[in-house]
Amino acid sequence: MVKLTIDGIKVEAKSGDTILSAAKKAGIQIPTLCHVKGLPAQGACRICLVEVEGARGLMAACSTPVVADSVVETSSEKVIKARKLVLELLLSEGDHDCIICEANGDCKLQKMAYEYGVSNTDLKYKGEKRAAVKDTSSRFIIRDGTKCILCNKCVLACNSRGVHGILYKNERGFSSKIVSDDCELSDSGCVYCGECIQVCPTGALYEKKRVGKGRSWELDKVDTTCPYCGVGCQLTVHVDSKNNRPVKVTGRYTTPNEGMLCVKGRFAYDFPLSDKRITSPMIKKNGEHVQVSWDEALDYTAGRLKEIIEKHGPDSYAGVSCARSTNENNYAAMKFARAAIGTNNIDHCART
Amino acid sequence: MTNSIQEIRDAKVIFAIGTNTTEAHPVISYYMKQAVNKGAILIVNDPRRIDLCNWATIHVQHKVGTDVAYLNGLMNIVLANGWQNDKFISECCTNWDEMKKTIDDYPAEKASEICGVPVEQMTEVAKIISHNDPVSLCYTLGITEHTSGTDNVKSCANLQMMLGNMGKHASGVNPLRGQNNVQGACDMGALPNVYHNYQKVTDPAAKAKFEKGWNRPGLSDQLGLKMPTMFNGMLSGDVKAFFCYGENVAMTEPHMSHTLKCLEAVEFMMVADIFHNQTTPYADVIFPCTSWAEEEGTYTNSERRIQRVRPFLKPHENYREYWWIVNELAKRLGYDMGFTTSNSVWEEMRKLGTSYNGITWDRCDDVGLQWPCPDLEHCGTTFLHADGNFVCGLGKFSPAQWRPQAELPDEEYPLVLSTGRRLWHYHTTQTRNSEGIDDLFSEEYIEISPVDAKELAIDNGDYVNVTSRRGSIKARAWVTNRSPRGVCWLSFHFHEACGNVLTIDAFDPVTETAEYKACAIKVTKAESAPFEITRERQARP
Repeated sequence: MVKLTIDGIKVEAKSGDTILSAAKKAGIQIPTLCHVKGLPAQGACRICLVEVEGARGLMAACSTPVVADSVVETSSEKVIKARKLVLELLLSEGDHDCIICEANGDCKLQKMAYEYGVSNTDLKYKGEKRAAVKDTSSRFIIRDGTKCILCNKCVLACNSRGVHGILYKNERGFSSKIVSDDCELSDSGCVYCGECIQVCPTGALYEKKRVGKGRSWELDKVDTTCPYCGVGCQLTVHVDSKNNRPVKVTGRYTTPNEGMLCVKGRFAYDFPLSDKRITSPMIKKNGEHVQVSWDEALDYTAGRLKEIIEKHGPDSYAGVSCARSTNENNYAAMKFARAAIGTNNIDHCART
Repeated sequence: MTNSIQEIRDAKVIFAIGTNTTEAHPVISYYMKQAVNKGAILIVNDPRRIDLCNWATIHVQHKVGTDVAYLNGLMNIVLANGWQNDKFISECCTNWDEMKKTIDDYPAEKASEICGVPVEQMTEVAKIISHNDPVSLCYTLGITEHTSGTDNVKSCANLQMMLGNMGKHASGVNPLRGQNNVQGACDMGALPNVYHNYQKVTDPAAKAKFEKGWNRPGLSDQLGLKMPTMFNGMLSGDVKAFFCYGENVAMTEPHMSHTLKCLEAVEFMMVADIFHNQTTPYADVIFPCTSWAEEEGTYTNSERRIQRVRPFLKPHENYREYWWIVNELAKRLGYDMGFTTSNSVWEEMRKLGTSYNGITWDRCDDVGLQWPCPDLEHCGTTFLHADGNFVCGLGKFSPAQWRPQAELPDEEYPLVLSTGRRLWHYHTTQTRNSEGIDDLFSEEYIEISPVDAKELAIDNGDYVNVTSRRGSIKARAWVTNRSPRGVCWLSFHFHEACGNVLTIDAFDPVTETAEYKACAIKVTKAESAPFEITRERQARP
């Protein structure tokens, strides 16, 4: 174990731990923009700078290992000044117009600028802006280079979490940019897992389907389980409850998916609003389906079932249950066949 | 799955067989690829050059329908070299002598001749899986959807038991379940032979337990009908009333024209579903159900984890949860099922269950709980058969002999058709009714190898007629190396060109699972509509 002092607090950390993780364990928050939990540090954004006694300059907490008996200050005057400078520089090279930005209220850069009192309309640095393009080519993901701070998180997400290998950083210095293969996103091999959106700390990556459908603070968040394959990804549906519509989906950082999703889990959430939904009980009368009340449908069905069971016995009934529905509905289906009808003729689509 | 999903990331070797993981279980494929990034060896065993091969160390391209011969051949090589785990075999397993006899029937050369994999490659694979630890064997419907499905599954288990790759972290036999709650539907006893938690209907003690628990004397102890037999019963007149809940059977069962005949024949048909689909026209009564977005309850995922489902939309006034519908019907039939809420259903199930007894909604509220979880103090089970202590006592080797698929290609139908899911779609209605998904993959393409396409003068994008002994569809051609010579591939997502018009209603004798993965077809060009594919992309032309 390594003993050190952070903000006057005695902290013990494992050898090889970073200042960032040691501080976190001690309950001290150091801001980050480029750090991805569980992945190696990048030291790209410089927002986590801290003062280490005896060091020549400020150090990036995310990539500086703890040293025994060192003394670290995470919010000294020097540190605050440096962070403000970093924020001003980040804001000055892009177009961070929060007014119509989809990330408004959900943006780490905005939150930090607010906390440190840095305004993007009153910047000291009025130099050249990075030449950046907005790629709206794809069906689901918008990439807005003008809001990109080159933190590289999307590149890490694409290459180390989903392991798709589509996004990477191209060129050097001021002309650096994030690219998808060497083409527009729609022509690339992107499989639209949307992990890049989920890790983006600004409005540089967002869901096309959510545009104009509500600000983050207007949306209710409901945690549920993905309705597609058998992985059982945990996700949060962001819902515009007033208009009864889902606006976007994010992955939850828990078992089994650790925040990750696929194209279906992240984007195929709106089928419940389809106009092909059945909206009324129906009975076939003279070869046509006619809308009826629930009571009529249930009475009619029970009558027909009674007739058939009396005439042909309970084993003339067969039921198929649903492997996409809940456990509760499946238990009900099997109890209905066995206890209400009196047959074991119950199966479901996993068979075939 | 005997292991948990995230354990896959810690495997040293991933032996993936009959699983198109990047498309059918994308998030599991992320963990596989993360393992590769950490140095794991990924062996993809699949007749098709699926996208997962891009990350594989070895791609074994065995022929469609030869899994048993291939796996027995691997076991033969392991045994011939003394690479088996004798300690595990003698201490934790039984029936090894019979297993050895079958293994002796599959010398490498013979297995190689059947499955088309060179002996050298089989030897390399056998060496890797027996010299590394942990080894995670993952399979999906490429193993089960065959007339030899049961034997394929047994062979996967035989191989892993022989190597001692069971009952350990990241090491086991891992079927990746296809649908969100297919594990749960089985666990809940929506099967003709068991009540929930696999309590047998033929067991007098179970019968007595449910007669008391349900206050319903005289429960049947006769095995019920499996789905294919149900359908045939509609034609023969044995089945008079058919209740179809939440499945578009017209499109998802094999041999569509046969299915439709059955649905036409049945005297009284009830459908409870969320969409008007290809099955609803046959219904005498239709009940509108709540969907995923409007109902409350639980799903059980591939790793046996019970997870909460919560409503996020206000339902239309006519939507009802299925438990409510059958509860109301039962009342009218003179039996009170006693359900008042979704949770009341759960609590009754739990109290009459075994491996689910300790799982309440509250307990699985955040991250879920994995069964077996027999009581309220139990914290769930992350992997089964720990330390080689199989749930059933000793692990029994179940030797299997290879036999070919039901319908082999011939002169008239020279190509093999295999079917499955695409990344962009799920089944037949949900993804096709989600904004944007249909724009990415909006019509069906039959995947065909460049060699076959050239012989048939078919270009990328051309419309082709695809015909089997059971029917014919028209789809566009995707000329691609994903298909090996002689093999074509289709999905069942599109009613406009559904693979199940062509598939064969031949079934595994034990499970009655259909052979969706192999039938014989012919392909002819219908009309030119060529397009050029400018770059290689995953999962779409």
